[in-house]
Amino acid sequence: MRPGFNHSWRKFKNGGMISLSVLSVLVAVIPLFLIFFYTLSRGISSVNMDFFTRMPKPVGETGGGMANALAGTGILVGLGCLFGLPIGVMAGIYLAEFGNNRFGMVVRFMTDVMSGIPSIVIGVVAYILVVLPMGHFSALAGGVALALLMIPTVTRTTEEMLKLVPHAYREAALALGVQQWKASLRVILPAAMKGITTGLLLAIARAAGETAPLLFTALGNRFWSTSINEPIASLTVIIYDYAKAPFDDWNRQAWAAAFVLIALIFIVNLVFRYFAREKYGRI
Amino acid sequence: MTVNKYKINTKNIVAWFGKTRALKGVTLDVPEKQVVAIIGPSGCGKSTFLRSLNRMHEVAGGTIEGTVLLDGVDAYGIDPVVLRRRVGMVFQKPNPFPTMSIFDNVAAGLRLNGIRDRKRLAGVVEKSLRQAALWDEVKDVLDKSGVSLSGGQQQRLCIARTLAVSPEVILMDEPASALDPIATARIEELIHELKKEYTIVIVTHNMQQAARVSDLTAFLYLGELIEYDATTKIFTTPGNKQTEDYITGRFG
Repeated sequence: MRPGFNHSWRKFKNGGMISLSVLSVLVAVIPLFLIFFYTLSRGISSVNMDFFTRMPKPVGETGGGMANALAGTGILVGLGCLFGLPIGVMAGIYLAEFGNNRFGMVVRFMTDVMSGIPSIVIGVVAYILVVLPMGHFSALAGGVALALLMIPTVTRTTEEMLKLVPHAYREAALALGVQQWKASLRVILPAAMKGITTGLLLAIARAAGETAPLLFTALGNRFWSTSINEPIASLTVIIYDYAKAPFDDWNRQAWAAAFVLIALIFIVNLVFRYFAREKYGRI
Repeated sequence: MTVNKYKINTKNIVAWFGKTRALKGVTLDVPEKQVVAIIGPSGCGKSTFLRSLNRMHEVAGGTIEGTVLLDGVDAYGIDPVVLRRRVGMVFQKPNPFPTMSIFDNVAAGLRLNGIRDRKRLAGVVEKSLRQAALWDEVKDVLDKSGVSLSGGQQQRLCIARTLAVSPEVILMDEPASALDPIATARIEELIHELKKEYTIVIVTHNMQQAARVSDLTAFLYLGELIEYDATTKIFTTPGNKQTEDYITGRFG
């Protein structure tokens, strides 16, 4: 009997491959759970109302909170989205709809390269672009750094998702006498919205978790500030500062901040997905 | 057969896809408010010819030589967006917009051209759905997804969507080939109704269908127009040996 026709050998191979896949999934998922539960167990005890509503206490005093860092992260990510998402989405539309030329190829290549640039380098770029001309660190500079970080991811996912929309819809719109840009924006883009939202989320989550690009753009701030013209605190930078500080209380707060950051990203994900769910089920 | 007026005149159309010549000089005139069927084996250029009439050929990256006249005016001299509002198209596979309701699908052409008046839209949607013989089936579920309908209903929805922008000509690219016989029969009845108001050019693989719905039939083979005449003549006493072989099923 030829091996290919051997029933039990075939079943054995099948079982083996399935076991390998399951094993890989476990290996991939376990670190995620470990991070989550370790942060939870270390951080949860310091998460209380004060954490969300109070300002950091001066060195030596225990207690206090991170209200400024929470607001700061919100403002920084908001600014990043404000600058990054429109540019990224529009660039993605351009690449998908009109990018079948040399210029499109160059842009696509540059975007791929850009998404591989270390985030600290992005921070340096934002420093040169915004901090130096302004003469001081600011939330604005931090927002620009995060936007620069988000643009490549947003551009490429938008392009890929738009390209997945069947050509028939584009043709149907054009055959109705609709201009191409309107067909792209009102017919093709909504059809790709679910996938694009996922891309946006990944970009936002990554931006919210970045420290390096903020170190010499937004800098950090121990006081309450919501001005985009001033240095601003952020959860990630405060985690960085508190985790390496020699004070137990600060270390505890760093764990709490880490836990809150992960939880926030998790919640934002859920909320986004709820609103971006498809109106009419799968296409 | 008497012809009052030609809606479309084509002269010596040559269509290119890169280096491939899909049409090798087709000259064919379409009389107003009649149905012209285009038949021929796969790859003979039927769809390409159809798409040259509303300039959808160039969307796929092809190029055209020759002239297409709509009411005597050069179709390639006007804005393709304007041309396509006058020359609508129904595709082989039903393609209602997946993110839109039935109502929105029909209203899409008007809405995307900036018309927002809800009353006017509602009126056009109802009229178009009635014309497409779909109104009675969907009037209570207008806010349901267009893709929730059956294949035949989806195709009539697409016809309604085309009618909503009040075109003068409707191009149909094998509109029933993805449908079952009953849905096909409904589309054919619809074509009979629509030709009172519209000029129709239909590409079909189904020769019985061509015989049933059309006034004139054109036989294309390898990018050339072999014969073009009244449908009754083509199917009873074709003037060309190749046409006869094709319609009797000896090749193709």
